Amino acid sequence: MKLFTELFRKIDGTTSTTAKTKALVQFFEKAEDRDKIWAIALFTHKRPKRSVSTGLLRTWAAKEASVSDWLFDECYQMVGDLAETIALLLPIGSADKKNTLDQWVRYIDDLRDQTEELKEKSVLTAWRSLGQEERFLFNKIITGGFRMGVSDRTITKALSKNLSINENTIAHRLMGNWDPFTVSFSELLLEANENESNSKPYPFYLAYALDKEIDLLGTPEDWMAEWKWDGIRSQLILRNQEVFLWSRGQELINQSFPEFEILKEFEGSSFVIDGELIVRTEDGIQDFNVLQKRLGRKKPGKKTLKDHPAHIIAYDLLELEGEDLRHLPQGERRIKLEKLFTAFPEQFPLSISPLLNFKSWEELAELRSMAREKKSEGLMLKSVEGTYKTSRKKGDWWKWKLDPYTIDAVMIYAQRGHGRRTSLFTDFTFAVWKGDQLVPFTKAYTGLTDVEFQEITRFVKKNTLERFGPVSSVKAELVFEIAFEGIAKSKRHKSGVALRFPRIKRWRKDKQASEANKIEDLMFLL
Amino acid sequence: MTITDKGIYCAEANVYIDPWKPVDKALITHAHSDHARWGHKQYISQHSSVPIIRHRLKGANVRGVKFGEKININGVQFSFHPAGHIIGSAQIRVEHKGRVEVASGDYKLEADGISEEIEIVKCHHFITESTFGLPIFRWRPQSEVFSDINEWWKKNKEEGKISFITAYALGKAQRLIQNVDSKIGTIYTHGSIEIVNNLFRDQGINIPTTRHLTSEISQKQLIGNLVIAPSSALGSSWGKKIKPASIAITSGWMTMRGNRRRRGADRGFILSDHADWDGLNKVIDATGASEVTVTHGYTEAFARHLSERGFKAYTATTEYTGEQLIENETPVEA
Repeated sequence: MKLFTELFRKIDGTTSTTAKTKALVQFFEKAEDRDKIWAIALFTHKRPKRSVSTGLLRTWAAKEASVSDWLFDECYQMVGDLAETIALLLPIGSADKKNTLDQWVRYIDDLRDQTEELKEKSVLTAWRSLGQEERFLFNKIITGGFRMGVSDRTITKALSKNLSINENTIAHRLMGNWDPFTVSFSELLLEANENESNSKPYPFYLAYALDKEIDLLGTPEDWMAEWKWDGIRSQLILRNQEVFLWSRGQELINQSFPEFEILKEFEGSSFVIDGELIVRTEDGIQDFNVLQKRLGRKKPGKKTLKDHPAHIIAYDLLELEGEDLRHLPQGERRIKLEKLFTAFPEQFPLSISPLLNFKSWEELAELRSMAREKKSEGLMLKSVEGTYKTSRKKGDWWKWKLDPYTIDAVMIYAQRGHGRRTSLFTDFTFAVWKGDQLVPFTKAYTGLTDVEFQEITRFVKKNTLERFGPVSSVKAELVFEIAFEGIAKSKRHKSGVALRFPRIKRWRKDKQASEANKIEDLMFLL
Repeated sequence: MTITDKGIYCAEANVYIDPWKPVDKALITHAHSDHARWGHKQYISQHSSVPIIRHRLKGANVRGVKFGEKININGVQFSFHPAGHIIGSAQIRVEHKGRVEVASGDYKLEADGISEEIEIVKCHHFITESTFGLPIFRWRPQSEVFSDINEWWKKNKEEGKISFITAYALGKAQRLIQNVDSKIGTIYTHGSIEIVNNLFRDQGINIPTTRHLTSEISQKQLIGNLVIAPSSALGSSWGKKIKPASIAITSGWMTMRGNRRRRGADRGFILSDHADWDGLNKVIDATGASEVTVTHGYTEAFARHLSERGFKAYTATTEYTGEQLIENETPVEA
């Protein structure tokens, strides 16, 4: 556990990716193989199933710390993280010297089938034998949600340095459904395995937002443009008559979308398609929240499948008949993709993302302004000569999104932030006018600087009207410009609308509450 | 004493303690800007705070008193007693007709090596802050924290970096200067800190040697040395020029991982001039008070906890800010 704790401390204490990579490389050099597997698993969000409920952990910790339940809750509200709250409240202990990370994970996993009394005994024994940082890590492993600010890319890079294997290969080997309890380090990372599981997707190539004038990209002939669809970026895999659907978050989502099983009928072929998963009915593409509902349903019923059918709009072809095509230029991959589609039967829930016709950047800009009518968020630009790269790289792909919608709204509720912002009010609810009433329509919590949050925090403390648990209602005085990407009708929200990606664009200190927008202005955007 | 919309008020004497709105006569616990504010006709504070208040509030009419000195206003007896928060910080004891009340301002229990150690003042009614009034806040002994700070400084020196540490110009800065290992290198200070240092030195208070970081000093000279500045200097053009540097923040708020992970700082040292949970409880117990009024901080939670422990506890709304993650003290420019 000592090496892992050290690694955690180093990673947690820096914002520099280089420093994080360096810390990981050092860890991979020194740690035992089993601990390396667990470090990779925890950083890439593969953790054992929860073996103890958080409710029990709270009760035991409050008792062990001699703190009453309400005071425990107060602390939790402040810290915003259960594992950390417990670690801070328990009597101060000294660091563990005996057990490895692997042993602790198994210790935790073994609790699952025990009685409550035994669980309590084991957890208390563990807490008493660990130092504060280790307790935090131990609690994190139990409660899950191990977010450490280490991207998959950083892990891949560090392993690549440590093992002298190229990054793409490492990334490929780390994807998919491996079990950290059983897989060995060499099986996972060192063995170039011919039968590598049929399910393995490729790392996604992600685009940056266009950060310069469009004409600086060069001549329009060198670029392909398509609509940027607002769904879930996915990889659809057919290999050996097995179908796999992966979301960009590296989750296998087949179960939620059985409509793609039909691809099995496409015998004797294999391919990997990169595309956008959407819900499409006869009325066209549905809003993102419909898709989100589908995603949440592990076994959708007949009605759901009929009312909200899933569909993939294909962008790219990454593999065909077992051959990795990613090194080919975009244009060539597109030709192969189009050819593959000519062979597909009509009932497949698949289509190709159409290429836009444009001779000049002006023409393209005009097309872009029509994106919303097309149910798209803007354009994707791809260099004809570009290869398919790994993760976010500048150069060959650019997103050229529409400017967001904006609305001026009044802040009416405030809540303390979580994580690094616990001492500040950072989560706000905003309202617009409906007659002389303010109707809340969205929450937002990003987009301001720490100094602004501090100023608002002072305002909130002075102007709190009522408290509802952690939420304070405040005097309707401050006006903010809220930006968002999309808006849809919603029954779940009081205002009748749901926003997509709302964030605070700026603080309109120049405006009075009475000058904020009206609900009619929001409805007009629908 | 009662707490009005202007400050802590003693009706019998018609004076306020640390008022936030202009009044005729203000007794000031210490010179931090949320306690010593603009606009009063007369200020009374402990001697070492006088020059600071005069400097910050130009033209203020300030009278100094000694710790323990008794002053009588309209038959009410007032005296100032060390609070251990910063140099010269005081609790104000108020006695009238046998009843004793104490307004403690900000305080801490641990001896920090530079501020006068807190004196426990027996009373009936104690007015307490609650900046860190939750049991998650438990300070390690300062010797351990300073050994971490010294290690950090040494490591930066080995790596050819400047150690850039932030602290309140009044209080925390002098505590750091006093307690870091000056054998490691030179201590450079931001102008706002150097002014405070000199205001103390002029009174004969011993502040170890520091160098005012002026524009004539090259970045090369700073390598391996320590720079202390208020946190407001971090994002300023002054602060941005200090590189290559490792940046550290010192605050009780660094207890929370989320705060430590703030962008722009490499290290967070948990060091506060306010009492931690145990400190608050110990001091309140020791005063023997049966009534406690809880002000700035986790007011409601701490008062509820005190009620459960048998105190008559009240909450009061004030405009004191306690320790801030980002300093809102107006920097005193050189």
